[in-house]
Amino acid sequence: MEQFLQQIASGLANGAIYACVALALVMIYVSTDHINFAQGELAMFSTYISWQLMQWGLSFWLAFVCAVAFSFLLGVTIERVVLRPLHNAPVLSIVVVFIGLLAICNSVAGAIWSYLIKEYPSPFPKSSFGIAGVIGPHQLGVVIVTLIVLGLLFGFFRYTPLGLAMRAAAQNPQMARLVGVRVDWMLALGWGLAAAVGAVAGIMVAHIVYLDPNMMGGILLYAFAGALVGGIGNPGGAVLGGFIVGVLENMVAYTGNQIEKATGVYIIGNGEKLTVALIIVIFVLTVKPAGLFGRVVVKRV
Amino acid sequence: MAMLLEVKGLRAFYGQTQSLYDVGFEIYSGGITTLLGANGAGKTTTLRAICNMVRTEGAVRFDGKDIAGRATEEIVRLRIAHVPEGRGTFTTLTVDENLRIAAYTRRDKAGVQADLDRVFSYFPRLKERVQQQAGTLSGGEQQMLAIARALMLRPRLMLLDEPSFGLAPLIVVEIFKIMRRINEEEKVSMLLVEQNAALALDLADTAYVLETGRVVMSGPAAVVKNDENVRKSYLGY
Repeated sequence: MEQFLQQIASGLANGAIYACVALALVMIYVSTDHINFAQGELAMFSTYISWQLMQWGLSFWLAFVCAVAFSFLLGVTIERVVLRPLHNAPVLSIVVVFIGLLAICNSVAGAIWSYLIKEYPSPFPKSSFGIAGVIGPHQLGVVIVTLIVLGLLFGFFRYTPLGLAMRAAAQNPQMARLVGVRVDWMLALGWGLAAAVGAVAGIMVAHIVYLDPNMMGGILLYAFAGALVGGIGNPGGAVLGGFIVGVLENMVAYTGNQIEKATGVYIIGNGEKLTVALIIVIFVLTVKPAGLFGRVVVKRV
Repeated sequence: MAMLLEVKGLRAFYGQTQSLYDVGFEIYSGGITTLLGANGAGKTTTLRAICNMVRTEGAVRFDGKDIAGRATEEIVRLRIAHVPEGRGTFTTLTVDENLRIAAYTRRDKAGVQADLDRVFSYFPRLKERVQQQAGTLSGGEQQMLAIARALMLRPRLMLLDEPSFGLAPLIVVEIFKIMRRINEEEKVSMLLVEQNAALALDLADTAYVLETGRVVMSGPAAVVKNDENVRKSYLGY
């Protein structure tokens, strides 16, 4: 029973990471209809920035804030410089740009910081944090930090005029222009926020998966699965989807372990977690493409 | 009366297709001008060209300033409010948010609230639905919302694209009455595009008739109304 609770808790912690990255994906998707394949690599890059800042002597949380702010500016810059000229480009060109960004981030990080795996500290105190036997201090910290970030974002979009303008620009860009919203800047701002949320996810997960240029590859897949489960156009759904995928992958591995223990037959285990994410992706796309909370888009012809 | 909007030699293009050829007209502040014409004559395109929502050549002067070629959102910020064809509702936002979005750059909360109250005095029905998702409103309510949202921009000029489209006659009469009140009480000038020529000529003081992207006739609404060609082509008697 304790092991079961542990698995749920660690699933929630992973899920919190997936939820952040899924939300980052959705934020760009709702305003541009594109999936940013470089989202994970951007987060990885931001994590290296925070690591570098800590090497230079900054405290964890100061490095955290600086790296998140840097990511925001990086996101805004990428949108303005790289994607702006491609505004009317076909989808495939943009996909190629995203893959290019992915490769660039990955190799630049490798070139600067090498591909050697590095340890990454946890900022959460070991003694006073967590619930013994159920959830570790870092896992609990991750859940709390991501919930705070998600709450702040929710508040921003729901209650501030700028958040309202961003939602309006995503929903109906032409009409948003007609009420004076600078839609182009809203897109850039969306990119910045997505990169910042991704950075939070990267920094939080680095202690668990260790720091290396390929650390976000699998996580991006889980996040994508989460976003799909929730409905790719629905931010709240994506967050919930991220948590669902996080718990689900752990439950699959846990069940596999239990079966192996009882019967001695190995069916599924930790090694197949990523497979589970891919199966979720394919399953959702075939059976319920709109996801749990997504809206079915009906086109009038 | 002072000239508010002056359009000269306006040409507009959708891709390779030219849909306006040398359109020119003037709007004096405080008045209501209407553009009449058959389907495809270029009425909607003229409104879109003023806001630079379509590739445009020619001169557009608003309040003495040349605004041709400026970005749509910058033109709107000069207080030209465009109520587009199809009403442009933000369907997933609430009625309240649909109205507040037009004031999002303003910091004076009291002023925004006062404007909201004033808008609700014209459209009490919107006040009843203030927290409702705008996509769930009826067509007439969405048209009211579109005009109300335009009012929240504190416009000097309103461009109205077929406010009667797809609405029941009683609702149309109600909306046109409110438009007249807004024109008189808020001193908002209006440029009205309408299929329903009889209604438009009753409301407007000046009328222009467009045919295949050119102005073919203009004058005081009362005169245009009695023109034989206009009567036969657009009024049906």
